[in-house]
This record gives sequence, structure tokens and C-alpha cells, in this order.
Amino acid sequence: MSDTQTTLLNTPNTAPEVRNPAELPADAGEPVFEVSDLDFFYGSFRALRDVNLGIGRRRVTALIGPSGCGKSTFLRCLNRMNDLIPGTRVDGRIAYHGQDLYGQGVDPIEVRRQIGMVFQKPNPFPKSIYDNVAFGPKVNGLKPKSMDDLVEESLRRAALWDEVKDKLKQSAFSLSGGQQQRLCIARAIAVRPDVILMDEPCSALDPIATIRIEELMVELKQDYTIVIVTHNMQQAARVSDVTAFFTAEVDDAGHRTGVLVEADATSALFTSPKDQRTDDYITGRFG
Amino acid sequence: MTTTTPPPTGLQPARSARGDTAFRAASFLCGFTVLAILGLIAVSMTQKALPALQAEGLGFLTSARWAPNEGRFGALAFIYGTMVISAIALVFAVPVSIGIALFLTEVAPRRLRKVVSYVIDLLAAVPSVVYGLWGVLVLSAVIVDAYDAVGRVLAPVPLVGRLFEGPANGRSLFTAGLILALMITPIITAITREIFDTVPQGQKEAAVALGATRWEMIRGAVFPHSRSGMVGAVMLGLGRAMGETIAAALVIGSSPRISAQLFGPGDALPSVIAFQFGEASGTYRSALIALGVILFAMTIIVNMAARVIVNRGQEARAA
Ligand SMILES: Nc1ncnc2c1ncn2[C@@H]1O[C@H](COP(=O)(O)OP(=O)(O)OP(=O)(O)O)[C@@H](O)[C@H]1O
Ligand SMILES: [Mg+2]
Repeated sequence: MSDTQTTLLNTPNTAPEVRNPAELPADAGEPVFEVSDLDFFYGSFRALRDVNLGIGRRRVTALIGPSGCGKSTFLRCLNRMNDLIPGTRVDGRIAYHGQDLYGQGVDPIEVRRQIGMVFQKPNPFPKSIYDNVAFGPKVNGLKPKSMDDLVEESLRRAALWDEVKDKLKQSAFSLSGGQQQRLCIARAIAVRPDVILMDEPCSALDPIATIRIEELMVELKQDYTIVIVTHNMQQAARVSDVTAFFTAEVDDAGHRTGVLVEADATSALFTSPKDQRTDDYITGRFG
Repeated sequence: MTTTTPPPTGLQPARSARGDTAFRAASFLCGFTVLAILGLIAVSMTQKALPALQAEGLGFLTSARWAPNEGRFGALAFIYGTMVISAIALVFAVPVSIGIALFLTEVAPRRLRKVVSYVIDLLAAVPSVVYGLWGVLVLSAVIVDAYDAVGRVLAPVPLVGRLFEGPANGRSLFTAGLILALMITPIITAITREIFDTVPQGQKEAAVALGATRWEMIRGAVFPHSRSGMVGAVMLGLGRAMGETIAAALVIGSSPRISAQLFGPGDALPSVIAFQFGEASGTYRSALIALGVILFAMTIIVNMAARVIVNRGQEARAA
């Protein structure tokens, strides 16, 4: 469960020196991630520069900002999904419960088991509803007393159980888009992660399905740390405790690089942003 | 019509309907022609095969005795040989093809992937007689020792040992199966590779994000999505293997017998037809044509089975 804070390593790895300590926004609580001086490169293209951000435990942290500013890139750094893309490079440090996430000897597979992810487009496997949820526990060698119970519990927590309990053996593709997305959340929960990352989880859903997922997030933060990317500022305001605003800066050579402008308690960020660019963005004046 | 004014331009049902009809007629004609040709082939071949079939009756299918001099024509040994070498071909070709396709789609760096894919497509285009000659000149010569060694090791094993005992011969069912495997590997690889390419990136990422290793990702996301397509590819390969003539004919040993000894000679339907047709006449000729009819039926059955499996897979996924 999320209480059991497993370590990624047998021996603790020492953190590299950092110029700026990760700033933990007010109200963030105990940190799960401390990101310092993070640069991210796709080949020679720098997608992120100098990101410093703390992410608090059992909080919903929202990442907002204009398209292409590197929100997804940042999110995928947190569970090392970017490792899959050839030619990418991370500079700086991401500490996860004090451990260097990219340190030597850290197993990315173990990282991803503890830090789950829900994607923009619902992406269930072409398997039954049951097998979708059971897949994660199986590959992770989780041996629950009863897989049936684990599947049920996960589906319940994802607020999907009542709708699917009579058709667990049916293909996941028989579900509606909103149901599929909740199935993906159930699937992520089933491996008992510590953190759940969500990249625009509602952008393919209708308003009612969106509301259901938002309610779910508020409920899930009792037990999980949640980081969500969203383009919907009302959504950020509704569900998140802390909001981080990213934007793309254009340098003299015309390269666009994502930077973190500011991060603050959501209510503070939306009512009294400290940076003019944040103000422009949330009031609808793009800058 | 409630209005007398002509509809505005842009709505011209008559024109588009006309095009539609023409297109439908043309495509119907094409489809019908294909069916008609197939039907004609089947009918005319069966007609020509009739004398032999009438002479032998059901014995044509159930007897393994093929003695043209005595006027005895039993096709069972050839049916058996065809099935055995096809099975051997699949046993080797399918795992190798899937392995190569997985390597190309999931592991290989992009540049290597391009090169290997290109080579595989080339291999698929090599004429079968080239494979056959290579089989005769090289493979069957060097493989005898390997057969001997395998036979000695496996001889004491019950059941399995029986398959590999007996005098090893370079030209055998097993050699023919290997050559066929070599020939159908490129095509199965090429098709499965394309199928693996259609697996949505999102599903693969979902598996990885759950802490799956690459192999677990393949099992959880790639295979379930590709299952029916893979079956289709294998069946296509099987169809090829069954109908492949020259390459197998050159190395199979041409001996009409039913034997569990895979390292011994045998014969297959297409090879018999190819080698004996020139010298045949009368009932003999008719019997060879009947072998063709059997082969025709077998390939159609395999293809229909593939169709059914693929469709069922699609329904299951759509359900
Ligand atoms: N796989 C990739 N290879 C190269 N460049 C990439 C890759 N993925 C993203 N980028 C680039 O990195 C930058 C940040 O992209 P990212 O997807 O993180 O933005 P985003 O803030 O999530 O945008 P959106 O709101 O549209 O989803 C963009 O300029 C994008 O073109
Ligand atoms: Mg994005």
C-alpha cells in the first residue's frame, strides 16, 4: 500500500550536489519528489530547463501550461518513461523519497511499479476487464491471497465495480471511453503504487465521465500522491492542492524550452499569481 | 418534393448514384471472375482426375501403394509426406519468424531494423529452385552427420526416438521440411512484423508503466493484439509450404512410403506431380491430376481455417 514506502535500492545512493534545493510550495506537505535543476533533452533539443519543484505526499499536484511547454515530458521523467525514447537525457536530480531516481543501480522497472501512470487516451489491453486489472499484479509477482479480491478492490476504488461486476470476462473494449479510463486507473491501482501520474486523463472524455474521474482523484489522494497534467484550468482548480505553471521560453536562436514559472497552493496561484506570465495564462491572455 | 425550385448545386444524387452503380458492377464482376476461374479450375481438374478416381475409388485416398507400372494409385503416402514436411517447416519457421519480427519491432535500433527488413524481403523473393539447389548441393550433404548424431542421442528415448532412428539420408522428409522452413520464414516474418507494428504505442506504454519488463510487455500488449494476425501469417506460410514444389522435390528423396522416420526419404504431392507428369499418360496422368485436386482441396481447407480463426479473433476483440 502507499504507506509502505519501499526503497528502490538495497544500498542508499548519495545525492549529487545541487545548486538550488527543490522548492516545496507552501502547503505541499511532506515531499515525495524533489526535483532540482532538471534539464531534459530529446537528442540535442532541450525540452526542459532548470526545473525545481517539490511534490508533496498525498496531494494532488496539477501541471498546467500552454501546449508544448514540456508538461508531459516532465511527468514522464517522474517514472522514467522517457527512458524508452532513444536519445533522451536527463540532467539534474529527481529525488524520490530522498533517493536519486536516476541514480546508479536504480531499476526503472521497480520505479514504474511504485509510480504508476494513466494516459491521455484510455489504453486498455485487448484482454478481458479482469485480465486488464490482474496484469500488473501478475508481472510484478504480487501474490495477493486472492486475485479476485484484488481485482474487485481495485475496480471499486476506481468507481467502476458496479458497472462491470457482471461482465468481468468481457473484452475491455466493450466499455465506454470513460469506463475504459476508469479501468486504466483500476489497473494502475492494482499494483499498489505509491504515486499515480495522470497525463490529461479526461481530455478524451465527456463532462460527466470527467466529473466522475475528478471525484475519484479527490478520493484517491487519501492514499496516493497524484500528479496530473491538465489543460483545463477549472479542473486544476477543482481537484488540485498545488498547481505548477510551465511555459515555453524562446531563446535568441529561436529554440523553445520548457520552464517552470511558478508553483504554489492552487488557490493562491489562481487568485494571486506572482508572475505576470502566470497571470496572463490563467486569465486567458497568452504570453 | 415540397418545392419546385431545383436543389442548389452540390446536391446531385443522380450523378453519384450512377458512379456508385458502375463501381459496384465492376467490383462484382471482378470478384465473380475470380470465383468463376477458381470454379473452372476445380471442375476441369476433377474431370480429368475422374478416370483414376473411378478406378481406385476411396482407395486413392486410403492406400499408400503408388505403383504406376502395376496401375495402382494410392495417394496416402504423399498426403502424409506433405503434412509431415509442412509440420516440420512450421515447427522451425514460426518461432524463428516471430523472434525475428519481435527483434525488429521491439529491440533493434532503427537503422539495423531497416537493413534486416530489407534483407528479409529480398529472401522472400528468391526463386524456390535456388533454395532447392542449395538444399541438394549443400544442406543434404552436410546434414547427414547431424542426423546421425541426433539419431544416436535420441534413439533410447521412447516414442521420440522412433522418429529419428533408421539410416540417415541427406535427402529426407526432414531436409525437405528444413528447406521449406527456410523458404517460408521470410514471408511469415514480414507479415508478423507488420502486425506487431500495428500494436498501439499506448498499450505498450501502459504495460511498461505497470512495471512490466520488455518480455512481459510483449506478452501482455503485443501478443494479445496480434494473435489472430499471427495465425493468419502462419496459415499463409503453411499454404505456401504445402504447395511448394521444386525445392522440396529436390531434397525429399522421392520414395512413396509412410514412415515415422523423419530422417528417411519420403515424397509429397507437389513433388510427385512435378517429377512424374512428363512421363505419364492415361490413368497414370489422371492419377497425378487427382493428386493436384487433393492438394488444391488441402490448401483451400487451410486457408478457410485461417479465415475462421482470424475472424473469430476479431470478433472476440470487438465484443
Ligand atoms: N519523443 C519526442 N521526441 C522529440 N521531441 C519531443 C518528443 N516528445 C515531445 N517532444 C517535444 O518536447 C516539447 C515538449 O513536449 P511535451 O509533449 O512534453 O509538451 P506538453 O506540455 O505535454 O504539450 P501538450 O499540452 O500539447 O500535451 C515539445 O516541443 C515537443 O515537440
Ligand atoms: Mg502533453
